[in-house]
Amino acid sequence: MATELAYNTAELVCISSARLLEDGKVVFAGAGLPLLAAILAQKTHARTLTILFEGGVIGPFIEPGKLPPSTNEQRCATRANMVLPTTDVLLLQQRGYVDYGFLGGAQVDQYGNINSSCIGDWNKPAVRLPGTGGGNDIASLSKVIVAMHHEKRRLVKRVDFVTSPGYLSGGHSRKEAGLIAGGTLKVVTHLGILGFDEAEKVMCLEALQPGATVEEVRKNTGFDLMIKKDLGESTPPTEEELRILHILDPEKRYTTPRGE
Amino acid sequence: MPKVKSLHEAIATDVQDGMSVAMGCGLESLIPFAASYEIIRQRKTDLTLICPISDMQFDQLIGAGCVKKLIASWVGNVAAGLGHNYRRAAEAGIPRPIEIEEHSNFTIGLGLQAAASGLPFLPTKTVKGSDFANGEQFKRVNCPFTGEELLAVRAIRPDVAILHVQRADNEGNAHVWGNFGVTREAALAANKVILTCEEIVDHEVILSDPNRTLIPGFVVSSVVHEPFGAHPSPTQGYSRRDDDFYFEYHKATRTREDFEQWLQKYVHGVKDHRSFLSLLGSERIAKLTPRGNLFSPAVSFNY
Repeated sequence: MATELAYNTAELVCISSARLLEDGKVVFAGAGLPLLAAILAQKTHARTLTILFEGGVIGPFIEPGKLPPSTNEQRCATRANMVLPTTDVLLLQQRGYVDYGFLGGAQVDQYGNINSSCIGDWNKPAVRLPGTGGGNDIASLSKVIVAMHHEKRRLVKRVDFVTSPGYLSGGHSRKEAGLIAGGTLKVVTHLGILGFDEAEKVMCLEALQPGATVEEVRKNTGFDLMIKKDLGESTPPTEEELRILHILDPEKRYTTPRGE
Repeated sequence: MPKVKSLHEAIATDVQDGMSVAMGCGLESLIPFAASYEIIRQRKTDLTLICPISDMQFDQLIGAGCVKKLIASWVGNVAAGLGHNYRRAAEAGIPRPIEIEEHSNFTIGLGLQAAASGLPFLPTKTVKGSDFANGEQFKRVNCPFTGEELLAVRAIRPDVAILHVQRADNEGNAHVWGNFGVTREAALAANKVILTCEEIVDHEVILSDPNRTLIPGFVVSSVVHEPFGAHPSPTQGYSRRDDDFYFEYHKATRTREDFEQWLQKYVHGVKDHRSFLSLLGSERIAKLTPRGNLFSPAVSFNY
């Protein structure tokens, strides 16, 4: 039996998301795991991937091992291709230049809608969350990859508040609301890769992460999840991917899983 | 009238109770914390705060009871997570209830740009479909040419914008570089502009590099020399981000009582920003000062 490589769930999510980013494309990445995944993609299969930050930086040069905990500040403008005002970089997105956005989600529902505003009623929240930042703009104007830990309370039937739109109430509702481009492309978790049914725009399990089972996925999902007929299994992280990831994030600041 | 003032004087003259104030316009950089501490010390109240991502600046002002309303897209602590004061105010009205006008970064930028352009609104394709799209800050409009339905973002015109910059001359012509978020939009949208700056430079320095000027002096009413005035947020070339300070604040403000102690120690307990920096200590300041320079080659403006 081949030696099994050791990796944790956050590293698995990071590597699986990085694989979705294609060479030559433009990605809007936020701080933390999304940025790490985007750089990992550059160092593996997508050398000419362009990274944008909502703070205005285009093509930052990030030193391995020195990923900044916030992306819209000076560490990211020290050596970069361009720095624009924030409004201008978002205008680029409205213009259609950005291929994917990369988001985390406090709460994501079966239509890929993201809530980062509040738990409970907006007028009288049980927990007030920070809000959308540029997340809504990414979700309104580009295709979105959501990277998250697979938990029942975070993958829900209906979000308490649609902060960033996925497919709203499914079917054609996103288009009908006037959002012509974009939509949630994939939700990557430590248990599976989830996509969206073509017609209904409802989340469905497309592939299992190595070692995960359908039962485990169902148990950790807050709604009755569709399972794709030809369910795949994603390739485990390779030695090379893990090696590069460890160089980029040697202290596991962005790849320490929740609750571990 | 001379524009160069002390921070105390600038806040006392240009910021009145009930005003709308744009601050933190550099997203996670150039946040004028020295100025917001002074606002708290002068016990300004009923303010409407405007900016996209305020990092923990708005959380502090909310906890200090200065805030009536927020026009913002993100309020919390970027590196550490949720803002405890923001939570207490939004969830339980402590120390007072606040009104929240939700935006995205883009719509804050467009609202300021509309005001900066002398327009009542700007149209966009973003935000449509979200649950905050029905707020009064937005209206549906149709393109007069194609009929396409767009979202109109109402102009955001702050009474005053407070902006931290690297260097400015006596008249407020300001050179800014690195990340600056919606600094330019806010400066041109606001009725008054207070600059806090790392250096006040000779007018010749501004003349030598006009493409670096982000804010023209004629919109500026006060220029304040306040080195490290953005601490703990960074100022390119002058001060690094004090990441620990954000985590320390997050831990130290979990309860209302703990926050009051924090406020007493760092804000009410010091008389000005210089005293605040002494409290941080010279060792910490030295660690936060970039070592050496990273110059870009000079360009020639000769013709």
